[in-house]
Amino acid sequence: MSNVMDRDVSVADEPGAPRLKGKGTPLRERFFQLSLWTSLAVGVVFLASLLVYVVVEAWPRLDSRIWTNFPDIIDPSNAGAQSAIMGTLWIIAFTAVYCLPTGILAAIYLEEYADPNRWWNRVIEINIQNLAAVPSIVYGILGLGIISRGLGFGQTVMSASLTLSLLVLPTVIIASREAIRAVPQSIRQASLALGATQWQTIWRQVLPAAVPGMATGSILALSRAIGEAAPLLLLGGLTFITFNPTGVESPFTALPIQIFGWISQSRAEFTALASAAIVVLLVILLAMNSVAIWLRNRYSRKW
Amino acid sequence: MSSPSVERKAASGGPGFLKRSQPRYGEKAIKVLLLAASLVSVLTTVGIVIALIPPAGEFFGKVSFGEFITGTNWAPLFKPPHFGVLPLVGGTLMVTLVALLVSVPLGLGAAIYLSEYAHPRVRTIFKPILEVLAGIPTVVYGFFALKAITPLLQDIWPAGEGPQVFNALAAGFVMGVMIIPTIASLAEDSMNAVPRALRDGAFALGSSRMQVSTRVVFPAALSGIVAAVVLGISRALGETMIVAVAAGGRPNLSFNPLEGMQTMTAFIAAAGIGDLPTGSTGYQTIFAVGALLFVMTLVMNLVSIRLVRKYREVYE
Repeated sequence: MSNVMDRDVSVADEPGAPRLKGKGTPLRERFFQLSLWTSLAVGVVFLASLLVYVVVEAWPRLDSRIWTNFPDIIDPSNAGAQSAIMGTLWIIAFTAVYCLPTGILAAIYLEEYADPNRWWNRVIEINIQNLAAVPSIVYGILGLGIISRGLGFGQTVMSASLTLSLLVLPTVIIASREAIRAVPQSIRQASLALGATQWQTIWRQVLPAAVPGMATGSILALSRAIGEAAPLLLLGGLTFITFNPTGVESPFTALPIQIFGWISQSRAEFTALASAAIVVLLVILLAMNSVAIWLRNRYSRKW
Repeated sequence: MSSPSVERKAASGGPGFLKRSQPRYGEKAIKVLLLAASLVSVLTTVGIVIALIPPAGEFFGKVSFGEFITGTNWAPLFKPPHFGVLPLVGGTLMVTLVALLVSVPLGLGAAIYLSEYAHPRVRTIFKPILEVLAGIPTVVYGFFALKAITPLLQDIWPAGEGPQVFNALAAGFVMGVMIIPTIASLAEDSMNAVPRALRDGAFALGSSRMQVSTRVVFPAALSGIVAAVVLGISRALGETMIVAVAAGGRPNLSFNPLEGMQTMTAFIAAAGIGDLPTGSTGYQTIFAVGALLFVMTLVMNLVSIRLVRKYREVYE
């Protein structure tokens, strides 16, 4: 401590107003900051090398064959993933139909109607938080035991989208609640004061203001469902399928499942094929995320 | 909301036009519909339990719980079959341990950097990158572990045989990177919730930024940080595709992360692909192992939820 004092005094000897001078950043501080910076950099470098690796591996197969041709287990050189791409689109469309209305209605209830002091509302709350962290393979077990075999939906697009909609429902609810919560209380009070009922207030004031936030959150939730493979493995998604789904009763395969199937093959052609399918999957996800970010920037407003 | 008081006033001789013209059954019906939608999530939990318990119960009718939980040989399809789950639990814990060794220091480092050091403009660049990292499908992570990380490890391994084609080390490392965003974002939230006054006080007493970060903010945010780590453990325990692709399909009770080992999730996936007939012992093993996994993650999740609630109560 006395050391510091000496140095500060010596500064005062110089001409001009006396100023306190720091000791400069100690080595320990620099090292700490460097290690923090490194921990962030690891993630960035990892992401970059993953993307580069996948594109380089996929390059020889990155042409229209990947979406015009069907899987071929004997001759990988001309195989494609059309049935998997169409399967993914079918599954996601129906997942959205099932989970978005349910999730948004549940979010409205929890934000606008539920009294947090009632035990049943607290149970719903904790339940949603827990469900958001339940492993996806457990949802696969739910789909296998109840939806596919118990209710008899079998190994169909219907089972897959019902299972995935239950899987992403907590995410949709949590995102929609945040969007609803961001609408200021004063807007509700003004609407109620003008004689609107509670539902009129929600329908005409709160929801229009919350739609961009809910849309962003919902798209991000659906993009999680697109990449999900584990539950679909239990629902028969790995079957060798060379036709597109024709309805909810169709058997299915999906992109992440097809990728898994190709990775499991040892021949090198399949590695390129898997990489090409991964690029397609990542492009679909990138497109959805861009739409979500665009919506957020275009329509979000600060209150 | 406040309508009962309006009604009472109107009934007690006040101005009549404030009285509701009709009982508004529509409003009530809407509320019931909304409540029903939020009960779907409760039904999901009930459904999971109903899906797990009967087949798992039938399984434990054939195999004693003691043999299941203490047995060291998992060979359900062999003759005679063995149902000791420890190799699967050991594989799960080994991969989880590797993942945590990667994700806890890196995730917390990233959180401290973003919360205490980063310029706002730097944050707006790095937070989306972390979001992208969290959004990559796990089957892609598995592919990268198997085809890129494992060969790389085999090349640079200094001595001995190095990692096998399927190994817990590469799978755990990649899983650790996958969990970084989970830990970083939750830990950063809890650090942001620490009041500015605590930092200002420490700075005023002459603390450096490192001292403020490690001795003031970190302890003050500890419950949220522990919650983040616990949630990370839960994600690692339940992750399926990375281990199914890169950690191998052979149950192996070993402490050597260079060997291949099957996790609980990878077993469930492998058995599920097989399309086993309902009621067979093989089919029931899916639910027995699934029930064990569900209980393990449930405990982690509830601990994490409780801890998050705690830091919210203190600072918000």
